[in-house]
Amino acid sequence: MPLIPEFPKIDDSMIQVLAPDGTVVREDFLPNWDEARLREVYKEMILIRRADKKFTNLQRTGRSGTYPSMEGQEATQMGMIYGIKRDDWIFPAFRELAACYLHGVPLEKIYLYWMGDEWGSNYEANALPVSIPVGSHPLHAVGTGWAFRLQNKPHITVSFFSDGATSEGALYEAINFAPVVQSRTVFCCQNNGWAISTPTNKQTAAATLAQKAVAGGLRNIRVDGNDIFAMYAVAREAAELARQNIPVFIEAMTYRLGNHTTSDDSGKYRSKEEEEDARTRDPILRLQKYLAAQKIWTPEFAKECEEAADAAISKAVEAAENTKQNPDDIFDYHYEKITPPLAQQKEELKKFL
Amino acid sequence: MPQRTIAEALNQALFLEMERDPSVMIMGEDVGIDGGVFRITDGLIKKFGEERVVDTPLAEAGIIGSAIGLAMAGMRPVCEMQFDGFVYPAFDQIVNHAARMRNRSRGKYTCPIVIRFPYCGGVRALEHHSESAETYYIHTPGLRVVCPSTPYDAKGLMLAAIRDPDPVIFQEPKKYYRNIKEEVPDEDYTVEIGKARVMIPGEHVTVIGWGAMIPLILKVHPHFAQKGINLEVIDLRTLSPLDTPTILESVQKTGRCVIVQEAPRTLGLAAEISAQIMENAVQFLQAPVQRVTGFDIIPPLLKLEEWNLPDEKRVIAGIESILE
Ligand SMILES: Cc1ncc(C[n+]2csc(CCOP(=O)(O)OP(=O)(O)O)c2C)c(N)n1
Ligand SMILES: [Mg+2]
Repeated sequence: MPLIPEFPKIDDSMIQVLAPDGTVVREDFLPNWDEARLREVYKEMILIRRADKKFTNLQRTGRSGTYPSMEGQEATQMGMIYGIKRDDWIFPAFRELAACYLHGVPLEKIYLYWMGDEWGSNYEANALPVSIPVGSHPLHAVGTGWAFRLQNKPHITVSFFSDGATSEGALYEAINFAPVVQSRTVFCCQNNGWAISTPTNKQTAAATLAQKAVAGGLRNIRVDGNDIFAMYAVAREAAELARQNIPVFIEAMTYRLGNHTTSDDSGKYRSKEEEEDARTRDPILRLQKYLAAQKIWTPEFAKECEEAADAAISKAVEAAENTKQNPDDIFDYHYEKITPPLAQQKEELKKFL
Repeated sequence: MPQRTIAEALNQALFLEMERDPSVMIMGEDVGIDGGVFRITDGLIKKFGEERVVDTPLAEAGIIGSAIGLAMAGMRPVCEMQFDGFVYPAFDQIVNHAARMRNRSRGKYTCPIVIRFPYCGGVRALEHHSESAETYYIHTPGLRVVCPSTPYDAKGLMLAAIRDPDPVIFQEPKKYYRNIKEEVPDEDYTVEIGKARVMIPGEHVTVIGWGAMIPLILKVHPHFAQKGINLEVIDLRTLSPLDTPTILESVQKTGRCVIVQEAPRTLGLAAEISAQIMENAVQFLQAPVQRVTGFDIIPPLLKLEEWNLPDEKRVIAGIESILE
């Protein structure tokens, strides 16, 4: 017998409700959504997919900056948001168009942000601005979830991040902090298989990402992130626990179908076969198959959804593009009141405009 | 001689030094098969394998912290930080350990690490991808800070940096990775760290810059030459230690000096240069030293970015202001 035992085997099973072919494998976790609600969910999914795709064209034609597509991660983010309340707070990374939009960020603001204007991060929804430094912001969600407990507010927080983030020191600190301070927070780790060119199995030797939470004493679960029903079921339960001061770590298994960003070429580091195989688990396709079996989905319905989406997207893009930029803005928001040296520099710039 | 870009020159320097010295290794996020997001390490993994070109986990403190250990054990890690704004998770390791190990151990341990990363704005990038933060590193005793502006210097300084016995911060002007070409010899050569270069001699105004500001200064040079005003253009190349003698010699000749810096104004390197001139050459000055800099603001997102970056108009105005 060795003195130091082998690390206990960690369960790598995951929760699934819909199989990739759209058949139900766990009746007990089916949402109680009626036909109208199911249609609405599908419609939102289509809008999100098309709003995301729109960026490719905007970026190519110089109308937007670099953009990270979230194609393939729709079900994870949508299920998570459906499982929380509007007055809960979300802390996105940078690939969270679906989560932000569904949580109330106007589409127009999302376009404006990626077009390169800070006003795109100024809106009413309970969603923090995009956080680009990988792994840094889950700590903020821990802090806000901690405040909610201290203030006896019934809200929770959710941070969104991906596999790469679980290598950053700040993320381990967040995992450790959350249960210590009994933060009302949910970690939504979207394991999309890749961090730019680095596959998850090169990111860590851990068998799952969920098991990283074990060391911090965090409740954790693994779920099929391309299955919106499973994701919704898990999100609801996680939110319930978080509301009782029990933070939860969710590892949602999904896939980044697109390039890392508009300036990346995934052909350099992964095979076409892998991408094609991943497409068979496309979350939209899965929901569509389920709805088709229920006679809810028809090609006409899909077309209707697409047309409605495109109209909304055009309107949002137009509004973002019509937003004028003001040079004063680059000075005016560093402090509550502009400092004398900055005020002087602001005047200096005026001479060159 | 072959024409090369800064990106190609850097790639060649890494290649040559890895071939020459088996202790040199590359570490960073996506530096392997992807060749780094700017392709500076392209092809190296093919030639040298995964043990010498390491796709690390996504953890900057992990990269620099473990590089410190590698270096103390005799390896020569060249670490890529993916962007200027993502060095900060490693700041603790850089400032508290890499920079201090030699002094702390009175020379017993050293950290010969190169920490290289793209810097500067003007490339329509996202937040944290357009920073000019050299001051943090210049202000840290124990670090050398290098910032080439040309392909020739990029290669020579990189070879010098890897061979340097101390940690070197190596800032690469990302805006000019691929759009400046010049003759770069295939052979091994170094450019001495700590030596500025007088790029264009002139007698009327000394104009000092580094990295991404050099192409801008070169652009305004003809504007003044046409009027019979000859700018002496100095490319610092090394930001720490500062080549004060070259600066003073020039200012003694011209009596006028403008420093062009992309970084925020307050406590930027331009301020230090100005102080050096004040302390050592004030008697030669015919006009106050002038700074043309970025404002004391966070680099704005891309639609507003141009308003912050020094441009031709601002550099010309800065020079004209001390000509009267
Ligand atoms: C601290 C930090 N280091 C490096 C980067 C550059 N970078 C942007 S995204 C990315 C990969 C992120 O991978 P992951 O966390 O899996 O998120 P995903 O891209 O899959 O959404 C890297 C290295 C960054 N944004 N922040
Ligand atoms: Mg990922």
